[in-house]
Parts: sequence; C-alpha cells; structure tokens
Amino acid sequence: MDMQVAKKKLGLKERYAVMTRGLDWTPSYQKMEDIYPYIAYEGIKIHDWDKWEDPFRLTMDAYWKYQAEKERKLYAIIDAFNQNNGHLNVTDARYVNTVKLFISGISPLEYVAHRGFAHAGRAFPGPGPRVACLMQSLDEIRHAQTQVHSISNYNKYYNGMHDFHHMHDRVWFLSVPKSFFDDAITAGPFEFMVSIGFSFEYVLTNLLFVPFVSGAAYNGDMGTMTFGFSAQSDEARHMTLGLEVIKFILEQDPANVPIVQRWIDKWTWRGYRVLTLVAMMMDYMLPKRTMSWKEAWEVYFEENGGALFKDLARYGITMPKCAEQIALEKDHLSHQAWSTFYNYAAAANFHTWMPDEDEMAWLSSKYPESFDKLYRPRYEFWREQAAKGNRFYNKTLPMLCQTCQIPMIFTEPGDATKICYREVDYKGDKYHFCSDHCKEIFEHEPEKYVQAWLPVHQIYQGNCFPEGTDPTVEGFDPLAAVLKYYNLEHGRDNLDFDISEDKKNFAEWRGQATKNI
Amino acid sequence: MAVAAISKYEFAPTDTQDKFHGAQLLYIGWEDHLLFCAPFAFPFPPTMRFGDVVAGPMQAAFGYHPDFAQIDWAKVEWFKSGKPVTLDFDKSLAENGLKHKDVIRFRTPGLAGIEGSCS
Amino acid sequence: MSTVFLALQTNEDTRPIIEAILQDNPSAVVDEQPAMVKINADGRLVVRRETIEELIGRDYDLQELQVNMITMSGNLDQTDDEITLFWKS
Ligand SMILES: [Fe+2]
Ligand SMILES: [Fe+2]
Repeated sequence: MDMQVAKKKLGLKERYAVMTRGLDWTPSYQKMEDIYPYIAYEGIKIHDWDKWEDPFRLTMDAYWKYQAEKERKLYAIIDAFNQNNGHLNVTDARYVNTVKLFISGISPLEYVAHRGFAHAGRAFPGPGPRVACLMQSLDEIRHAQTQVHSISNYNKYYNGMHDFHHMHDRVWFLSVPKSFFDDAITAGPFEFMVSIGFSFEYVLTNLLFVPFVSGAAYNGDMGTMTFGFSAQSDEARHMTLGLEVIKFILEQDPANVPIVQRWIDKWTWRGYRVLTLVAMMMDYMLPKRTMSWKEAWEVYFEENGGALFKDLARYGITMPKCAEQIALEKDHLSHQAWSTFYNYAAAANFHTWMPDEDEMAWLSSKYPESFDKLYRPRYEFWREQAAKGNRFYNKTLPMLCQTCQIPMIFTEPGDATKICYREVDYKGDKYHFCSDHCKEIFEHEPEKYVQAWLPVHQIYQGNCFPEGTDPTVEGFDPLAAVLKYYNLEHGRDNLDFDISEDKKNFAEWRGQATKNI
Repeated sequence: MAVAAISKYEFAPTDTQDKFHGAQLLYIGWEDHLLFCAPFAFPFPPTMRFGDVVAGPMQAAFGYHPDFAQIDWAKVEWFKSGKPVTLDFDKSLAENGLKHKDVIRFRTPGLAGIEGSCS
Repeated sequence: MSTVFLALQTNEDTRPIIEAILQDNPSAVVDEQPAMVKINADGRLVVRRETIEELIGRDYDLQELQVNMITMSGNLDQTDDEITLFWKS
C-alpha cells in the first residue's frame, strides 16, 4: 500500500474529539432514560461517559478508508485463489473439514456479533463507545460476508457446507457456539461488552483466530488465511475496545468491580468451553499441525492472560477461578472432543478419522502425561475395528450439559477416568452440568438457562423432524429423519473420511492437476 | 439469584416431562468405559420394566464394547445421582423410584475398558 | 515486567515497519510464524512514525498500520507520532 498522507488540519486527539463528542448533543425534549432505557438495570454505575476514549482514536472517516483498503487486498487474493484452483493446494482433503467447522460454527457468530454490537452501541449514552461499537458492528458483518464468500469456493467442490446457516440453528453440536452467543446478546449491554468485547475478544480470541489462520497458512489454504488475516486486522481494534470497556467501567465506580468480576468468571468459562472445538481442530484436524492446543493455551492464556490479569489487579480484578480447572483439562480436552466427534460421525456435517501412526507419535510427544495411557488404546481399538469393517458409529444420543450444551464428555478435575457429573434441583426438575462452573452459572440465573434448547431433548420431544413426519409409523428411523431436518445427506456429508466422496474427489482432481491425463 | 431484567422475567422451562409424549428422560453412564464419550439420554415410559431397559436399549447402546458381553449383572453396582442404589430388574422405572431426568451410573467390577485404560 | 506484543502480517508493507520497531526498541524480539511476524518486548513497545518515514522515504500515517495488524497484547495509546503498547505493572 502506498497511500498519500493528506496534511491534516487537526491532530489525532483533536480530530477524535471533534468526530465523537463533537457530534453528540444533549437531548432537550426527551428524557435521557427514555432514550437509553437499558443502561441502569444491570447495576453498573457510570458517572462520566466522556472519560471513555478509544486509544487508537480512530474516526469514521479514517475507518472507511482503511476498511476499503482491506477489502481490496482480500478480494484480489480470493480471485487469484479461485482462478488457480487454490483448493487443490491444501495438504490433504482432511483439511477441508476445518473449513466446514468454521463456516457452520464460527461465521454465523460473526453475524450475531454484528447485531450484538449494533445493539450495544445504540444502548450507550457515550459517543466514544457508541462509535467504537458501530465500527465493530460493521467489522463483524464484513467478517461474516467475506467468510461466506471465501468459503463458497470450497462449497463448489466439497460436501457439508451447502446450508451452513440452517445447520447452525439446528445441528446438535452447533448449539454450543450458537447458545453461547445467544446467551451474550440476550444479556444487557454492559454484560454483552464484557462477554464478547472483553472475555472473548481480548482474553480468548488469539486462541480462536491465530490457530485457524496459521493452521490455514501451514496447510496451504490461501483463501482462509487471507480472510482470516483480513478479519484479524480488525481484531486489534476489538481487543482494544474490550480492554478499554473494562477499564472504563472499573474506573467509574468501585461498586462495578464485583459485577464485572462475576461476568469475567462466567464468560471466560463459557468461551473456553466453546474453544473445545478449536482444541480438537488444532490437534486432530490440521494435517500439518502448527502447535498443540496445550501449547497454544500456555502461550495465549497462561502467559498472556496472566499479564493481563496482573495489570487489572490494580482495580481489584483477579484471574478467573476457572483457570485452575482449565489447566487440569489441557492434557485431555482435544482428545475427549475428538473422541466425541468420532462417536457421533453419523450426525455431523464433517468427517472424522483416526490419526495415523505419525500423528499418534506427535500426540504422544505433545501429551506425554495422557495420550499413551488413556487415548491411544481407545484409538487403536477403534482403528482395528474399522479395519474389520466395524467402524464405531454411536447412534444413541448423549446427555448434555444444561449450560454449555456440550455432551457430558468432560472428566473430573484431576481424574481423567471419571466423567464429571453435577446436578441441581430447581422448581421440581433436575438439571445436569459438565462442571462446577457451568453449574454455578446456572445457579446464578436459573430462569434463563431452564429455557435452553438442548438438541437431544428437542429430538426426543419430536421437534427435529421435517414437517409432516410421523414418528409413530412402523420402522421409523429417527436418525434419518433428524439428518433430513438438518439438511444433511447421509453417506455424503457425514461418516468417516476414509469412505468419503471428498477424499475420492480430491485424489482424482489433484491427479488431474499434476498429471497429463 | 435472579436474572437482571427491565421487567418481570418468567418463562416456562423447556424440558418438563409433559413435553415428552408420555416418556420420561433417563440418563445412563457406564463407569470406566469412556469409549462411549458421554452418558446416554433415553426417553422411556415410566412403566417400562428396568430389566427390559438393560436387555433392550442398553444392550443396543453399549453392546459395541467387548466388555459388555462379559458383564455379570448380579455384581453390577448402581448409582443414582452418584449415590449407591438398588435397582430391581423386575420392577418398572417408576417403582424403582426413577423420575424424569434422573441420572444413573453402573460400575462393572473387574471390567475397566480396553486394556484397562477406562476406555 | 510482563511481555507486550504486536503481530503483523508478513508482507512488503510491514517489512520496513518491523525494521523501525526493532531500531526503536532494543529489547524487542522477533518471532516469525507462518505469514505472521510477532514482536515481543518486555513491558513496553513503541512504534514511531518518524523512524518509519526515514525508512520508507515518504510521509506515513500510523493509522495505516490498521491494515496489517493481526493481534496485540497490552494497553495501547496512539498519537500522531507514536503507538505505545504497555503494561502498567
Ligand atoms: Fe469478527
Ligand atoms: Fe457445561
């Protein structure tokens, strides 16, 4: 980029003041509380909205200029990728399953983030945060659109991505990311900012995007790498917004501290549970690995998050207490997740497989405490059975956690051989949880979480079959009906990678691309 | 604690028993056999005989595991919500005191999964 | 002091910027990753406009960095002349 730098009449700070506070006014014929009705009920006290300042001091005029530049760069590469059959340059066709996971699990969240920031921005009386939220809202819809656009090229060739948004709202495991974001946007504007702006964007985003994007780079996927970087270039601003929002709220009133601490505890845990999907992607789905989940957690959370919470200590904020349990889970998380998707390979929109010998060796070296002892025997058994034509497809539905909606796959902190069961009796019904943290989140707001749309229970209530299905007829096959409702084609979009059309086609196309046939 | 809200916040729970067409949910987990990634959720009529649950749906759900055929059911230890419980195969779920969304686990002494790895 | 970092895309735009950052921050350490350069520093990292301008031979607006930034860690402050990343403790 070689941009002309126009001589500015105002300095950055003055320009920022003019383009934010300078454009604001005090209403005279409507009451403030009528214009901003959502600002008091969460208990957060703000005395001076002008104390908020975007440290980048980015104003809307500059915003448009730089975003346009980002789009130009992105589309040049998307075109080149498509024109050159870029999809055939990926390491192997298993890689494409990470793209399927991304488009159905993450991209729809970008869209919800767009709505969430638009809503939060509208709710705040301060022009500084309002402008920052407006920018992030626009960023997020750009992310959704550019991801759909980039990945549409993969959809031309590979299965499982054809109806990602429909699936996001229905498929069992996609209720995990979906309900996470729904939980955030149905909270008040301050909690939304702490949940997504701070806990997700600042504390956890590096664990989502950096692995996906560098994973794409390692595996020859220029398309994903480019939209990833393009989205990431907005991320520094989002992180800054997230950190500023926290500091601003904490500085405004000491009574805000315990409320914010509870939100940080809650949302760090909620976000971490969603990252289970990323953990398995890193350790199992990238044919060429970047770093292990455990290593990523150590760098981006323990080291980096450690620095952050040390810095926030001056406000009385402490490291979320769930960090202790997460540290105990880091040797197990990705293996437990991959086992789950191997179990339920018949009901997902991507393929699973057993790691080969080299990959098992890599897993042993990255997880010396856990892999050989607990997970290798399981995988070797599954591999033997598959070789005998008896590949394991679990057809019985699992029990889910009421809060995170993940099947109850997680083990007791400190004992990876025992499933962790927690339960609560509330108004005559039982509710079950994967962990103390999910249980505490429920106990704090049971009225909210009793409404959870748990896919397994919804199937048993008969709500997940195509319209007009009669589940009482002879020979009714519930799995087949549920797959139809998901708009997944059995034998094509699901099951083991080894027998997939993706694998067969990729080998054929790559052959055509490299040989004269 | 209660949800912070701008007005009364009261909604019906999603999974009460009346929504399951005469069935109640029962969750069943097999200790030390994590080859099955999570406990299972089943919808059963409360009148169903417990022995039929074991011989039918449990056999179908857990039968893939080579340990399942080895189980000596007389020696199996049952737990409800983590506490030891006695379950009578000839009685119904309701007669055994099992209610909607109860969770039971079973331990099979001497059987600890693939190569003793709790898988 | 905790580590602050700035990660930039690896490309022709950022090459002189990284050079400028290393000139201005003797404690900075470069960590090259696929398509990404991460610059770590102890407690504080400064990006100075003037140094970049000297290296690229034209006027430079620090906000241009928006286009190539990937991620960062630390508190941030930006003026016409500098971007500073820092931890207070
Ligand atoms: Fe985004
Ligand atoms: Fe949970």
